[in-house]
Amino acid sequence: MTEFPKTPPRFSATFTPAVNAEIRRAAASGIYDIRGGGAKRQLPHFDDLLFLGASISRYPLEGYREKCATDVWLGTRFAKKPIHLEIPITIAGMSFGALSGPAKEALGRGATAAGTSTTTGDGGMTEEERGHSKTLVYQYLPSRYGMNPDDLRRADAIEVVVGQGAKPGGGGMLLGQKISDRVANMRNLPKGIDQRSACRHPDWTGPDDLEIKIMEIREITDWEKPIYVKIGGARPYYDTALAVKAGADVVVLDGMQGGTAATQDVFIEHVGMPILACIPQAVKALQDLGMHRKVQLIVSGGIRSGADVAKAMALGADAVSIGTAAMIALGDNDPIWEEEYQKLGTTANAYDDWHEGRDPAGITTQDPELSKRFDPVLGGRRLKNYLKVMTLEAQTIARACGKNHLHNLEPEDLCSLTIEASAMAGVPLAGTNWIPGRNGGF
Amino acid sequence: MQTFDLGKEGLRALNSSLHALKGQTNMTAWEVINPKGAHAIAAGVDAPVDITVRGSTGYYCAGMNKLATIRIKGSAGPGVAENMMSGTVIIDGDASQYAGATGRGGLLVIKGNASSRCGISMKGIDIVVHGSIGHMSCFMAQSGNMVVLGDAGEALGDSLYEARLFVRGSVKSLGADCVEKEMRPEHIALLSDLLKRGEADGKARPEEFKRYGSARKL
Repeated sequence: MTEFPKTPPRFSATFTPAVNAEIRRAAASGIYDIRGGGAKRQLPHFDDLLFLGASISRYPLEGYREKCATDVWLGTRFAKKPIHLEIPITIAGMSFGALSGPAKEALGRGATAAGTSTTTGDGGMTEEERGHSKTLVYQYLPSRYGMNPDDLRRADAIEVVVGQGAKPGGGGMLLGQKISDRVANMRNLPKGIDQRSACRHPDWTGPDDLEIKIMEIREITDWEKPIYVKIGGARPYYDTALAVKAGADVVVLDGMQGGTAATQDVFIEHVGMPILACIPQAVKALQDLGMHRKVQLIVSGGIRSGADVAKAMALGADAVSIGTAAMIALGDNDPIWEEEYQKLGTTANAYDDWHEGRDPAGITTQDPELSKRFDPVLGGRRLKNYLKVMTLEAQTIARACGKNHLHNLEPEDLCSLTIEASAMAGVPLAGTNWIPGRNGGF
Repeated sequence: MQTFDLGKEGLRALNSSLHALKGQTNMTAWEVINPKGAHAIAAGVDAPVDITVRGSTGYYCAGMNKLATIRIKGSAGPGVAENMMSGTVIIDGDASQYAGATGRGGLLVIKGNASSRCGISMKGIDIVVHGSIGHMSCFMAQSGNMVVLGDAGEALGDSLYEARLFVRGSVKSLGADCVEKEMRPEHIALLSDLLKRGEADGKARPEEFKRYGSARKL
């Protein structure tokens, strides 16, 4: 009998081995997957944009000899004491609770050495962080854990958090394993129980209330502090416009690649928009209101290099913010801990069970033994180095585009590699003058 | 007595004068006239002074109060005494939504009724309401005590943590994870003290109240 070749095994593009594994995990446990980090799926991103560089029509600046400034003012609209940073790369809010005390200290050390700001998080302000951060932004969150007027007054700016990119519409989560005595005390919660932060602020709803809330915070702090409003990338045109209307000095816009300490995987991967799609809408809202550069725009969510910084700024941002990248600079997910990652059933660069508090690198944990592994002085130095490299990279690109300040980068310096990125970022597809959808709205 | 005409001098001048009172001062008695529903009246005070507001207030009166005693001789708008740290706030009339939200300490007394979300996310404050409270009150309340001489609206104590709720009248419905609990002698003693401090001891007896708390199942 003739043997015909068999059809080779064919995997489904829909039911991939990873999808099937998750179905089996869900079927066995009945529990949805919680993890840290931001969206892991492939998304249109800054990698889909390129700089054009100088040519005959515009000339470049000399790489090392000609000035390319990097400083940024934040909070110039209403605050008596606006912030002036040496570099336009800030450290995003990450809570004490999600991160260890020494990790927060390292963020303060690194940011201060690099001339930029750090931000508190859902757990309140720690002494480590305040003490080591020259410029500290204090988050005003729905949970109000640890919120008090003294910390408001010793902050350099206040960030009213409406949402974050990893989970627009969602509240925080800190599982019981990480609620140590100190964390519990700062949050007024019993030790060891799972904590779910509210997704809405307790004492205001909607933009009209937000305006009054911002006015109250300004009154409490005697109109000294810049007030930021942080939004997740959902409806950036309207949210930016409403934040401006409510009186924000600065809008912080976080795309879906932005990380979280712990949230449902389904939320992280399926809610929100990539930062590339968010920036042009926010910039347009500011321009339509005549407030671009008057209300500053900080963007975050997947910023990794000086190229990303330059691209975000060319699209109209005043500054960027980094969270995940800062953690990696500190030592998160480093292959030197591979053996221990393996024991946790994962591998370096893929570890995202931060909520379990067993981080081999000692960063996303409250375990005193694991925390000891992390040296805040060394961590701070690594972060400073990384911030310096990003700044130099962004300057390299800006000079090549003939710009003597990072803020002079503009959309005309960019082209896009894909139709998707072109449509989202509003810059022409490389080699064409075509921006999809430009004749039909933005 | 320092009399401050809010209509003439404005909110910024009022709050800035009150913020200038640090620690001990002999200017302990203040009166604010013509409040006319302004927002953020006496927000962020940090001194043991006595402030009487002669009229009704807008949003966030006495927000983040520390040490001061603030008396509102009228009704209070949303978020009165929000995030209060210490001191006392006494409202002669009614209070709008989110009264005492996220309060961390001190005593809030509402002699009339309180609207929805009274004591939302409270974190250590004591609240005594002589009248009734609206729906979703004490949502995610973490710690502190809520005393209601009247009735409570729907979904009382939804997603409650460790706050103690005492209601004398009816409760329209309990929120997720909120259950009635036994009144033990220590609760009677606590309630008796709260009623006294809340200027309600002549109006109700501790034995008339029921206690509600977290089932700790969420």
